[in-house]
Amino acid sequence: MDTALLIEKSILVLLLFLVSLGAAAYMTYFERKLAAWIQDRVGPDRAGPFGILQPIADGVKMFLKEDFIPAKADKWLFIIGPGIAMFTALITSAVIPWGPKLHLFGRDITLQVADINIGILYVFGVISIGVYGIMIGGWASNNKYSLYGAIRASSQMISYELAMGVSAITIVLLSGSLSLNDIVTQQSGVWNIVYQPVAFLIFFICALAELNRAPFDLPECESELVGGYHTEYSSMKLGLYLFAEYTSMFVSSAIMSILFFGGYNFPGMSHFSGNTLAILGIAAFAIKIFLFIFVIMWIRWTIPRFRFDQLMHLGWKSLLPLSLINLLVTGLVIAFKNGWF
Amino acid sequence: MESLTNRKKVVSDKPMTLWEKAYLPAIISGMITTMRHMFRKRKTIKYPEETREFAPIYRGQHVLKRDEQGRENCTACGLCAVACPAEAITMTAAERERGEEKLYREEKYAATYEINMLRCIFCGLCEEACPKEAIFLTDRLVPTFFERDNFIYGKDKLVETLDERIDITKRQHTGKRTQL
Repeated sequence: MDTALLIEKSILVLLLFLVSLGAAAYMTYFERKLAAWIQDRVGPDRAGPFGILQPIADGVKMFLKEDFIPAKADKWLFIIGPGIAMFTALITSAVIPWGPKLHLFGRDITLQVADINIGILYVFGVISIGVYGIMIGGWASNNKYSLYGAIRASSQMISYELAMGVSAITIVLLSGSLSLNDIVTQQSGVWNIVYQPVAFLIFFICALAELNRAPFDLPECESELVGGYHTEYSSMKLGLYLFAEYTSMFVSSAIMSILFFGGYNFPGMSHFSGNTLAILGIAAFAIKIFLFIFVIMWIRWTIPRFRFDQLMHLGWKSLLPLSLINLLVTGLVIAFKNGWF
Repeated sequence: MESLTNRKKVVSDKPMTLWEKAYLPAIISGMITTMRHMFRKRKTIKYPEETREFAPIYRGQHVLKRDEQGRENCTACGLCAVACPAEAITMTAAERERGEEKLYREEKYAATYEINMLRCIFCGLCEEACPKEAIFLTDRLVPTFFERDNFIYGKDKLVETLDERIDITKRQHTGKRTQL
């Protein structure tokens, strides 16, 4: 391995880390603003012009709060819980192709930390680990509300991962590759959403459930479970949980734009080349991610929470059969096109 | 029964159609509603910079009025204290001495006049009871203090100063005083 590659990847990792955290921080600001606008309010506007320093103020506040560990809590697990949540939220972004190749200092720089050939499997694996952060945190708190939140989170994750996985398989069928880079490059002409609107819908709904976002925010529903799995958490441990949630929202918006909306591809791409193309591609990708984040937040401030049995009903009886039928139809069409009949 | 208003609605519990069960159309219509709200005018009043306008008959801190020549209107008749449901008003009366005609309007005046702002419920009955147009509630707010003593307002705080008259033209109980 040459040193330049190592430096290049290290810089990319550092950049990704900063961008994910920065994006997560400003998503909290944007979410509060959006919530305010939807409710005919102004939102945070005191810290800096238009309140743009609000995330920094929030961060400082989080750090200065008392870091409290309940006496009956399992200390080791209590500390490791938010760590796992944050860790998994951050490492998902390693396989995401952020843009076309950049040409700098006489080198072709791929804007992807690791182009592993099982990108989708990696993403799903990491997301599945993510629930451990919530589960361990809820269990270690030694509090019934936290435990309820943790149990809900795990059952919800298991239920929705199935339908999510099946709808991702349809994309894999379509592109014939598990690598996210291949999936993106194949969408340079027509985006996958054209072929797979149903799969997208299912994937999107399941992603909301996996993110514990409204209307599926049962693990932390304030009105029933005090704070859900993070009831006992305070200070930056709570901050890490909340941060992890926003970071995974950012990452899953990126995944959704890769799988269904062509990643960094944009119409009229063939007119550009080189670094211009790379920068425009990154911009296009960023816009797509932003739009997804916007829609996810918009949904949160529109729709009330599901009841738990409704959640299970939707997951097992509607989305899973629907995604299986979609998979079957896609498979049949592909088989027919390839002349297997 | 024949409905008197047109607001009666027949409630039905018929099962949902497939379209309604799909749930998505309802979600989308809801999202359109929230989207419309995003572009509405904001209802927020940014407090320290902007303040909400008081209603013309807002009942805040009391004022003991002086007349046009700067003489105190209050004659310490005690009707306000009697009318006060919270028993917040106390006063002691005194007779006007020779040479004090410029200070007090009639030959009896209030030597002390105290309103306990912690007892006061700002109902405005004192204003209604006053036959001399001496006491009025204004649109000024009673500030907060750390000590209870500070809430007992004496004449030093209640009587308006000569150079800084309090406008009470919006009050409802003005103009009932007979001119002397």
